[in-house]
Amino acid sequence: MTSREKSAVPPSGLPASAIPLGSNERFLSMLGKMYVIREFEEAAGQEWHAGNIRGSVHQYVGQEAIAVGVCSNLRSDDYISSNHRGHGHSIAKGADPIGMMKELFGREGGTCGGKGGSMHIADFSIGMLGANGVVADGVTIAVGAGHAIKVLKQDRIAVPFFGDGAVNRGPLMESLNWAKIYDLPVLYVCEHNGYAATTRTSDVTAGEGFIARARSFGIEGEEIDGNDIRAVDEVARHLAQRVRGNGPAYIFARTYRHHPHNLRDSGAYRTQDEIDRWKLKDPIKLATSWLLEAGVARAEINAVEGDAKALIARALTAARSAPWPQLSAALENVQDLGAPL
Amino acid sequence: MIAEMTYAEASLLALREEMQRDLRVWALGEDLGPEGGLAGQYRGLQTEFGGARICDTPISESMIMAAGVGAALAGTRPVVELRFADFAICAADEIVNQTAKIRYMFNGQTRVPLVIRQAIGMRGGTAAQHSQSMEAWWVHVPGLTVLTPATAADNYGMLKAAIRCDDPVIYLEHKALWGIKGAVDTDAPLVQIGKADKVQRGDDVTIVTWSGMRVECIKAADTLRQRGIAVDLIDLRSLWPWDRDMVMDSVSRTGRLVVAQEAVRVGGFGAEIVAEVSEELWAKLRAPIRRLGAPRCPVPFSMPLEDACRISADMIVKAAVDSVE
Repeated sequence: MTSREKSAVPPSGLPASAIPLGSNERFLSMLGKMYVIREFEEAAGQEWHAGNIRGSVHQYVGQEAIAVGVCSNLRSDDYISSNHRGHGHSIAKGADPIGMMKELFGREGGTCGGKGGSMHIADFSIGMLGANGVVADGVTIAVGAGHAIKVLKQDRIAVPFFGDGAVNRGPLMESLNWAKIYDLPVLYVCEHNGYAATTRTSDVTAGEGFIARARSFGIEGEEIDGNDIRAVDEVARHLAQRVRGNGPAYIFARTYRHHPHNLRDSGAYRTQDEIDRWKLKDPIKLATSWLLEAGVARAEINAVEGDAKALIARALTAARSAPWPQLSAALENVQDLGAPL
Repeated sequence: MIAEMTYAEASLLALREEMQRDLRVWALGEDLGPEGGLAGQYRGLQTEFGGARICDTPISESMIMAAGVGAALAGTRPVVELRFADFAICAADEIVNQTAKIRYMFNGQTRVPLVIRQAIGMRGGTAAQHSQSMEAWWVHVPGLTVLTPATAADNYGMLKAAIRCDDPVIYLEHKALWGIKGAVDTDAPLVQIGKADKVQRGDDVTIVTWSGMRVECIKAADTLRQRGIAVDLIDLRSLWPWDRDMVMDSVSRTGRLVVAQEAVRVGGFGAEIVAEVSEELWAKLRAPIRRLGAPRCPVPFSMPLEDACRISADMIVKAAVDSVE
């Protein structure tokens, strides 16, 4: 374990943030989004264990502040791309959790008609270019979208979300060079949760990881506590502004996922002590405690939590009762020319 | 206007006209600017359209391909130049897992309108990593349209059709054809993707081919004519979709089929044609089907060794004669 990795594990107790709180209402709304993601993910896990959701589910629990803090500073026509752990990014950008839950259930009315599932949720109506089952491929696609923004002389930005596992894929390195040489409006968001699937990233990463690699291409950015919604919000606002109409930057957000890589892995590669210490830094708990200190009433916080629970309960009811897709859908949208059979 | 031009010049003209016609069309890849591509198929375009629309890239095949995908999702129609099919494999993940599947996985919310140009085939002495014909790889992947133009006219009409196609098109130009000349009618209707070219009509034996092997098949058909055998010669030019109707009609009439491909015979696209014809027309076949393709070995460098791996006009003649006699 490198010294850098040790510092990724927080001391027990709540860290203080030097960043001003801003509008309570704004942060209450962000807390609400974080609750929606949390409730969605916990429900997805339960339904997977109950056998109602098939395939792979990668939960975003513990990382919610990053998606919400970043997307709160994007315009609706900005692009994001995601990875296999994509539910949080989709919800934060504005996707409908009811459609998403139907998608996880493989039902008609799902975000992608039940043809993508958990790892392939996209919503082009809100600039969400897709979750992705191949590590780092969402990054290069977002950089391509950034290239189109430049060719079309638009003022959008493109924001790829990716984990520290992507840092060792060649295409990510190609993308850093590319985004810099063409000066593309791309804001890289590296969610460093310490693990590449079930392998500790620091054990398989030379040098100082993503930041050193981004800097070696001349790309600058900020390292932040990804569990601190105020830090994410502040840095995302600042960097989204800087990137718009200009070249690339990065956000390197330290965080932790509370659950295993996906619902199939044992989780035995992490100690309970490590998990417990990070849970003290749960982004929802932290935001709640700051909001209470700032004078927000407990009842208001309970209300946003209650709204999130109710929304996800509706999503589950809708998903359970939605019909299966028409079988003809299996052969639709392959391509215009040439019959699949 | 009808003009004589090379296969490379025809594609240059096609791209130029499409870029003039549609501002969303742009090209990216290695060495497009001053050098104008491997065969001059981009020559002068950077001067005319600027570096943003004729974009010289680093040697980063994954990112070149992904940039095309992302840019297609964001409202442009990229022409992605990957130079050699052999190098396109460096971007196989982006082609197979992303480009081909995005429309489907996301249930038609978006399409991926782009053209992936990769040169295929032997042109003499380029050895194992610059000579492969990989069309069967791409035909196997749902979501991809696969084109193999073999004449100047088709390289004009089919590149334009590919650029206007709303789905991803794998566009395979044969390196040995770049210098061949032919008449191009720029006022002719665009080639309809999926329609084969009936090179010549005959009643004795059907020969199906595509890409560079068209040239050898024409030579073979001439020899066969002198021997009293009339060849129905079909250049598929589009492998997915392929012109099933034209092939079935032809074999129904002749009862005999020879399929000739430059690619490795094992698992090649020719096997698909043969299988389809045998399933549908077995009662009408008057002789066993002949299937010609390269041995399953890498393409060697030395001239006689390379020639030993080529399908020649003589081999096609022999297969047709065996079929008829």
